[in-house]
Amino acid sequence: MPAGLPASVPDNAETEYAGETTEVTVREALRDAMAEEMRRDARVFLMGEEVAEYQGAYKVSQGLLDEFGAKRVIDTPITEHGFTGLGTGAAFAGLRPIVEFMTFNFAMQGIDHIINSAAKTRYMSGGQVSAPIVFRGPNGAAARVAAQHSQEYSSWYAHCPGLKVVAPWSAADAKGLLKAAIRDDDPVIFLENEILYGRTGEAPTDPDRIVPIGKAKVVRDGTDVTITGFSLMMETALAAAEMLEQDGIAAEVIDLRTIRPLDTATVVASLKKTNRLVSVEEGWPFAGIGAELCAVAMEQAFDDLDAPVARVCGADVPMPYAANLEKLALPDAERVVQAARAVCYAG
Amino acid sequence: MPIAVTMPALSPTMEEGTLARWLKQEGETVVPGDLIAEIETDKATMEVEAVDEGVLGRIVVPEGTEGVKVNATIAWLLEEGEDAGALPAEGETGDVAAAAPAAEPETAPAEPAPEPDSAPEPAPMPEPESQSAAPATETAPAETAPAEAPAAPAEPAVEGERIAASPLARRMAKQAGLDLAAIAGSGPHGRIVKRDIEQALSTGAPTAEARAAPAPVPAAAPSTRPVAAAGPEDTEIPHSNVRKVIARRLGEADRDIPQIYLSVDMEIDRLLAARKELNEALEGRAKVSVNDMAIKAAALALRQVPAVNAQWTDTAIRLLGTVDISVAVAYEGGLITPIVFDADCKGVAQIANEMKELAGRAREGKLKPAEYQGGGFTVSNLGMYGVGHFTSIVNPPQAAILAVGAGVQKAVVHDGEISVATVMTCTLTCDHRVIDGALGAQWLQAFKGFVERPLSMLA
Repeated sequence: MPAGLPASVPDNAETEYAGETTEVTVREALRDAMAEEMRRDARVFLMGEEVAEYQGAYKVSQGLLDEFGAKRVIDTPITEHGFTGLGTGAAFAGLRPIVEFMTFNFAMQGIDHIINSAAKTRYMSGGQVSAPIVFRGPNGAAARVAAQHSQEYSSWYAHCPGLKVVAPWSAADAKGLLKAAIRDDDPVIFLENEILYGRTGEAPTDPDRIVPIGKAKVVRDGTDVTITGFSLMMETALAAAEMLEQDGIAAEVIDLRTIRPLDTATVVASLKKTNRLVSVEEGWPFAGIGAELCAVAMEQAFDDLDAPVARVCGADVPMPYAANLEKLALPDAERVVQAARAVCYAG
Repeated sequence: MPIAVTMPALSPTMEEGTLARWLKQEGETVVPGDLIAEIETDKATMEVEAVDEGVLGRIVVPEGTEGVKVNATIAWLLEEGEDAGALPAEGETGDVAAAAPAAEPETAPAEPAPEPDSAPEPAPMPEPESQSAAPATETAPAETAPAEAPAAPAEPAVEGERIAASPLARRMAKQAGLDLAAIAGSGPHGRIVKRDIEQALSTGAPTAEARAAPAPVPAAAPSTRPVAAAGPEDTEIPHSNVRKVIARRLGEADRDIPQIYLSVDMEIDRLLAARKELNEALEGRAKVSVNDMAIKAAALALRQVPAVNAQWTDTAIRLLGTVDISVAVAYEGGLITPIVFDADCKGVAQIANEMKELAGRAREGKLKPAEYQGGGFTVSNLGMYGVGHFTSIVNPPQAAILAVGAGVQKAVVHDGEISVATVMTCTLTCDHRVIDGALGAQWLQAFKGFVERPLSMLA
């Protein structure tokens, strides 16, 4: 381990960044995060299907093979069950792997390694063995890839102690959080989104700038209703906030960014101001992130609630293939507006 | 799967009832058509027939239980080959109250009694339970979970009811010392929400303290006037369903309907003579009373002045197509109005026989809802008690009710000559929204014409 390198995320407080930024796509922001961390720490390496020669199925690893060579950017066979276990073992042995899944739908092949090996070994070894590993890749519905390739996994992984679950929306957060995930001493599930890869935003150029895991972010101030979202659903939440403004309803929009550990303090502080909460997520309603937020609101802010918490979720069905049905199965801004109006008793 | 026997809705307006008596015991076999229980509704006692075959596995609701919600599970039937182990655990009601009303009830009401357009009570609001308990989680989230539509601002809650208020509203009210009972909620189902508290604070709503003080009670709300606790010599009779309905419906009618009272004296000697002759001629096949003849006369008068056979609705005055006369029948502990349908088309002997049978069952509480719900006009007679003159309260949605007094011998003047006649005073109470004074008077004239010249009823 290089001298003077911090062993883990040094500081959980997110500081204001006043340094230089550059406009990048989320795809580039993720690549830059990996490249910076690989330069910084020789133990970091990337493995997965098509990550090397093909530069990534979604071109997220563009240029990494050229810079770091085939020893640190490794194409794997098409066997998630195999390389997920391989990566987890490498983490136990002291390396810091980044395992890319072409999509998280395929990670179900390797989920035993993720839950039973990566997530639980620190506990089961009495703290002697840790798994500093990042599992990353696109999550959720892209467009018309049907039930088996459109699943949203945040609730699955957030259920498990021993895992951290991150799902960024902006380019800056994608970069800062992936760097934090790579530096973290525990396994991190890093949920990306195929549609977001092409979105652009300003991201810090300072290689020491990270975004701490476990911090939500208020991205729009408001007084009447709190809307929480994460990943692609932030676009839906913000579009709804714009529509609500036309109706004279000032929505506060929170990007959860990290699903586990959930930043309940930020949500509750907002809820105490607005008294109303709408949770937006792409995943299914049952035992989803919205269900967890309902529990948080009830347990920590009961006396501040002026209305039941509203959930806007994906439809409780396997994702339809037909484009019209797929659209209906996914939350949209109109549904968020309806939910917000309902909790505001605005008819 | 054991079959749930549910509380049937015996009338369109029934929301809950009393499970009066079980006619089958646990372990007994039932076949479709068996009477298994007696349910006391708003106004009558009804028998529940079994629809399914099986063994009565468990009685969930013991007899004598009041306020059993429609569609609540009252018992479990075991199907062939099942034993008690198949029953849900004790305490688990397996309640099907959430099931859509369209689902075939396990125990169909013996008498569904649909009332197309003349139900005496407004259709009930959709049950809040059935809305929220519907499996919303399965379908709703994609389309925004809390689909509750905000309700119209409600009246302040009635004392004793649980007050629906958001947790925040509760805390704000407590901190400000506001009495939630005095605040009207503007949220769904009358829920008191933040804005209602803010509104109350800005307009200076009564505080809990002020309310607790023996402040002068507004005269407009006598029903909520506090009553001192019963003394040692007093006896309290718990309200029956009938008593509650009488209190509510007549209270509403007297409060909300502008009513006028028109009294007319009529001589009934000819009517009495006709009745005597008629009863002799009938030779026991029927016994016609003055009241039966008054019913017939009222029915014919309604044909002659059809504008009185009417109802007030929000958008129109509805003229009724048939002449159905409700007749007030008193019984131990209450009052009910069985109906003589198409009374204008029936002879007095038939009316007499029908009334005898209806009144008999009314006194036993055995009328079916269809036999007392509806009707276009009511006749109430206290003549047999010697009451000379009284007024009634209209029985909504009907627009008029006739109070018939006793026939009493009086000195009357005809053409300057004093003579003795049997005089009966009748008072028509009219819903003035539907019936103006002159119209009511016209009807009374017609009625008096039939009573004083009973042969004209044959015309």
